[in-house]
Amino acid sequence: MSAPTLTPGGRRREKIDELAARAGTLSAGTGGESLLRSAVRRLRRDPVAITGAVIVLVFLVVAVLAPWLAPRDPFAQTLLSEVRQGSIPGAREGFPLGVDQLGRDVLSRLVYGSRQSLVIGVVSTVLGAAVGMLLGILAGGLGGRVDTVVMRFVDILLSIPGLLMAISVSVLLGANQLSLMIAIAVTQVPVFARLLRGSMLVQRDSDYALAARALGVKRRTIVLGHVLPNSLSPVIVQATLSLATAIIEAAALSFLGLGDPDISRPEWGAMLASAQAVLSVRPELAVYPALCIIVVALGFTLLGESLREALDPKFRR
Amino acid sequence: MLRFIVRRLLQLVPILLGLSVLLFAWLRALPGGPAQAALGERATPERVAAYNEAFGLNENIVVQYLKFLGRAVQLDFGTSARTGQSVTSEFLLRFPGTIELTLFAMAFAIGLGVPLGYLAAKRHGGFVDNASVIGSLLGVTIPVFFLAYLLRLLFAVELGWLPGSGRQDVRIDATHITNFYVLDGLLTREWDAAWDAVTHLVLPGIALGTIPLAIIVRITRAAVLDVVNEDYVRTANAKGLSVTTVRNRHVVRNALLPVSTTIGLQTGLLLSGAVLTETVFAFGGVGSALRQAISDRDYALLQGFILILAVVYVLVNLLVDVSYGLLDPRVRAR
Repeated sequence: MSAPTLTPGGRRREKIDELAARAGTLSAGTGGESLLRSAVRRLRRDPVAITGAVIVLVFLVVAVLAPWLAPRDPFAQTLLSEVRQGSIPGAREGFPLGVDQLGRDVLSRLVYGSRQSLVIGVVSTVLGAAVGMLLGILAGGLGGRVDTVVMRFVDILLSIPGLLMAISVSVLLGANQLSLMIAIAVTQVPVFARLLRGSMLVQRDSDYALAARALGVKRRTIVLGHVLPNSLSPVIVQATLSLATAIIEAAALSFLGLGDPDISRPEWGAMLASAQAVLSVRPELAVYPALCIIVVALGFTLLGESLREALDPKFRR
Repeated sequence: MLRFIVRRLLQLVPILLGLSVLLFAWLRALPGGPAQAALGERATPERVAAYNEAFGLNENIVVQYLKFLGRAVQLDFGTSARTGQSVTSEFLLRFPGTIELTLFAMAFAIGLGVPLGYLAAKRHGGFVDNASVIGSLLGVTIPVFFLAYLLRLLFAVELGWLPGSGRQDVRIDATHITNFYVLDGLLTREWDAAWDAVTHLVLPGIALGTIPLAIIVRITRAAVLDVVNEDYVRTANAKGLSVTTVRNRHVVRNALLPVSTTIGLQTGLLLSGAVLTETVFAFGGVGSALRQAISDRDYALLQGFILILAVVYVLVNLLVDVSYGLLDPRVRAR
């Protein structure tokens, strides 16, 4: 890039924006095309990305339309009278996937369960990303002593393995839906913080940031207006991937008895955990929610991985 | 190199201090606090008051923390509310089992993962490659405890090929010196006891090793693909070196750098408590104890175990860093 030429007064901003934009596309490769557009173009040709997107889309539709899609009331213990010790009625007319040990229609519970997974995934990811990004911006934007302090704190959080961290937070806050989401979010905070900080440090040393500084732009404007937007792509990728981990972790915490005790909300993790008790009678009861978790987590992972490849200049061959 | 190690060790100090503050605060923040943690849920107010008096819980919080830290340095983490044993001895009793399980799981993951990842990269775009990419994605998304239950149901309950719970058959009268059951069997020359302990590791080891396996396959594949395209590999090929020499001296050696880091990090994670897998197989290691402590609200044990495990995790990571410094001189310079 050529050295920035100083233009007097009001044209400065446009000049810097232009420089910043050019720097962005330069690091992004393919000339004259914005990072976003080239990423979308890449994604549309990628069968992996399309598979992931379709899975996620179906999941979203099912979750939103659950009351209309579910064939029955997920709480009605319709076939309870036929459940005996060591025998649970299987699939039949009107109950395509059979009933659970309390005589409730499994398909309807799976459909409703998608809502819980969606809520848990989105809320815990948004929470974790928000706090993590705040720390990341503080560290990466201010640098110096703030950076040292924030990063030491993040390192301490990272030194407790994820599941143990989630367990400690859950035990502390008690077993309920909110504490489940907070517990998962806490494990994500240090990841987002480190990621954003690292990415901001790279951008801070880039030519366009240097140019902006040379032109006397305020640090706040450089950090929030130029460096931050250009550092977001790894965060977006991580958020997509963390939706998958959140759903899996929620299932694990449910299994450990730290899940949502409110039985009025059917949840895949809780269904999977409670199905273990009747595994030798009807293993399908565990297999169905597990498959749902695997497929949805797979969808988010595929989408996240292909996003990473589409946004990362290293992969553009 | 020595300076590098010393610097890394010094960086540990604030992290360990921070950890101790967090876990000290954690126990304080719990409903009921440390008295309830030590005496259990149904302690009377009088006993709680007596306990608070006896253990100086009415003192200044900073003084209390310093005392906690002093005891922690001497490996005194209080007593378990459930068993009445000291937390440290509970840990020492159970950790060997977790170490054995971790070693088995990692041997499984490395033994299968590195060759698979290499093959996948070699036949880039071929069947093995696609299968291993899909397999490793599945491996990361499948809930561990579900996989553990499936393995147990199939191979232990239905087929009866392998034991599905515990660390050793209770009918075997084995001598235990170190609490590493396999090692004990070898030391005392009780071969059947050692073999029985190994068979008990197979199913939980495979369940536990699945995630590391998936990650190792991915990393190995990516690393080999990276290295194969390097200039020095092309040069080596152009010089007319044999395929084996290029593979062993240039490709594998360089590709194993990132793989070794991953292996180290995963080992640290597994050691820090295979809570889910151990619970399914009632394995009796650290993970089972944690699960038990959650349902018993045995807070003292939870606090002590989590603190020790976090320290183990940090130390393993340090070892990984140092070994990376040994393997790759460029790291030391930083």
